[in-house]
Amino acid sequence: MTKTITLAQGNGGEENNDLIKKVFYKAFKNEILERSEDAAVIGNLAMTTDSFTVSPLFFAGADIGKLAVCGTCNDLAMMGAKPKYLTCSVIIEEGFEVESLERIVESMRAELAINGAVVVSGDTKVVPKGSVDKIFINTTGLGEIVQAGISSNNVSEEDVILINRDIGCHGATIFAAREGIEMSSTLRSDCNSLYPQVKALLDAGVEITAMRDATRGGVAAVLNEWARQSDVCIEVDEEKLPISDEVKGICEMLGFEATALANEGTFVLAIKKGSAAKALEILKSFEVCAMASVVGEVTQKYPKKVILKSPWGTSRFLETPNGELLPRIC
Amino acid sequence: MSSLQLKDLYDGFRDPDVIKGYQKVIATDAQKLSRTINIMEVCGGHTHTIMKYGILQLLPENIKFVHGPGCPVCIMPKERIDHAYVLSQQPNVILVTLGDMIKVPGSNGSLQDARSKGSDVRFVYSPLDCLKIAKENPDKTVIFFAIGFETTTPMTAALLDTVIKEDIPNILLHLNHVTVPEPMRALISDEACIIDAFLGPSHVSVISGSKIYEEFPRDWGKPVVVSGFEPVDVMQSISMIVKQFIENRCELEVEYHRAVSREGNLKAQAMVDKYFQKVDFRWRGLGDIPQSGLGLRAEYDKYNAEKIYDAVLPKEEIDDHKLCICGDILKGKASPPQCSIFGTACKPTSPVGSCMVSSEGACSAYYKYGNLI
Ligand code: SF4
Ligand code: SF4
Repeated sequence: MTKTITLAQGNGGEENNDLIKKVFYKAFKNEILERSEDAAVIGNLAMTTDSFTVSPLFFAGADIGKLAVCGTCNDLAMMGAKPKYLTCSVIIEEGFEVESLERIVESMRAELAINGAVVVSGDTKVVPKGSVDKIFINTTGLGEIVQAGISSNNVSEEDVILINRDIGCHGATIFAAREGIEMSSTLRSDCNSLYPQVKALLDAGVEITAMRDATRGGVAAVLNEWARQSDVCIEVDEEKLPISDEVKGICEMLGFEATALANEGTFVLAIKKGSAAKALEILKSFEVCAMASVVGEVTQKYPKKVILKSPWGTSRFLETPNGELLPRIC
Repeated sequence: MSSLQLKDLYDGFRDPDVIKGYQKVIATDAQKLSRTINIMEVCGGHTHTIMKYGILQLLPENIKFVHGPGCPVCIMPKERIDHAYVLSQQPNVILVTLGDMIKVPGSNGSLQDARSKGSDVRFVYSPLDCLKIAKENPDKTVIFFAIGFETTTPMTAALLDTVIKEDIPNILLHLNHVTVPEPMRALISDEACIIDAFLGPSHVSVISGSKIYEEFPRDWGKPVVVSGFEPVDVMQSISMIVKQFIENRCELEVEYHRAVSREGNLKAQAMVDKYFQKVDFRWRGLGDIPQSGLGLRAEYDKYNAEKIYDAVLPKEEIDDHKLCICGDILKGKASPPQCSIFGTACKPTSPVGSCMVSSEGACSAYYKYGNLI
């Protein structure tokens, strides 16, 4: 590891994992933490925390407030838990406009309502100009587990891999906003609360093995984590990966891969083969999930690896993104 | 820019049926070859395409690839990176460069390390983005660490053109532009050279024209096909090269008709000539290659960061790590897995040599995509 912290160590990819393992896991070592799930399971409760530092604060499809609620509620939803109680802690840079703060908090309120969750505790700090970049928000969430046993450690050959919608919209949007790239106006962050989709799947009795929202590090990071944690090989058909033309365009222009771009309302599912058709039908009943797709299967071909198969019969490993792929986006 | 136009750039050039079609044609034609042919893709962009799209998996045994020197990031010798590092540490300086350059290790570390220690280092997608940074920071000096082949050079010249015309007081250039034909010549002059044909990068020829490669078939007996970067382009170009061999031809051909002419973009060439002149350049791994770089003409010394900061810039030439065989890889004499520290001490997250640093680098491409084959 480097002597000083670099941006690459916050990328949700390889260096990030390395930092977490070598510094935090080493010090905090315990059984719950080491399961490395989206949220910790404590009895029938799920608990998670996340800090949000996006720039710009307002972007097509969402803002930092919506992000701060969705991010934490989604981590709970991914463990089959209903989001219930949140804390909200903000660090504000001196000079920040009150009007912007009000807009952000209003977004948080609206998104909490969608989840049926409430903020029950909070904290506010104001720091001198230059100490933080405008505003940082931390949210911690507590949820009630509706469906126990969902875990990214249990993916097996009986499962297929699904994605609920087109990938990479959040990363591409933030990038376009940052770099001042004018893309067609339909490119928007996918930032969205996932509990409604999860609830619909659970209510219909879809047999879910694992779920994970593909935030920093994108779909590539999630699939690699699953392959590693469950000791399986995940084989993905490149053709079936849902990617919008706008995101493809940004990727072409800047040399990125959509599988490495961050998402805020996109999740990967491992579900029992027999449930796949039903799951697709339910997901597609949500407007934003029109491109939901079964993208691959689980095998033992190369355990702990993800394989990407091209439509012309070649294949390669899809690695966990590394390096400072994008400027920090969340 | 509308997304539809962007889509047109690649749609169709990844068509599975077309790719499989070329695979068949190449397989049939290759049976008529009397020996193995080694094709060098000059440019790292092609290396990337070949690895990412699994092109090697589609080729018969007797067609091999030799990975060439074509990545402006990886050919940058350490002392030049040290220049960037030192410049970034000067008071009131914002050091600006292009993407991957930030990750390349110099002898004190990379620009990324400099940034984590407090230097203001930024990357841009276009040199012209420096104008905005300079305007927003009137009390700072913006130094553009310019890198790249013929493709990016005109944009650097355009930046200087604007700086002069608009009399912008706080932008300086540190020039590290290099050109493609000189290293190609250096490689085939080497007695141990195994290269039979070249895949020429289309983007270079969009600017410089296909004419820059005319000497290779004519004087050196090496066919060149100027190729685009999509998998269909590369497959078609390979097929064109194989056809030349079975038909006993040795020519310069252009696969990438979409944008390449013989003369290239004359306006861009004139702009480059106005401000820059040919200079000797030391290539990482390849050593000194005469007249293979571009420097600022003397009349523009007042924009030359290398002159202005001369007193603080390190002068010593620094070679790569002893175990690193980047040099042989760049020359086509070795392939990345032959390096003893490939994938162990040297990985994209902890690169020892430059071929691992740039995402276009041969070692990085092998590490990322190449381990299935
Ligand atoms: S693996 Fe690393 S050290 Fe070896 S040749 Fe490649 S870049 Fe150099
Ligand atoms: S990394 Fe090295 S070998 Fe690869 S393209 Fe760049 S210069 Fe060439």
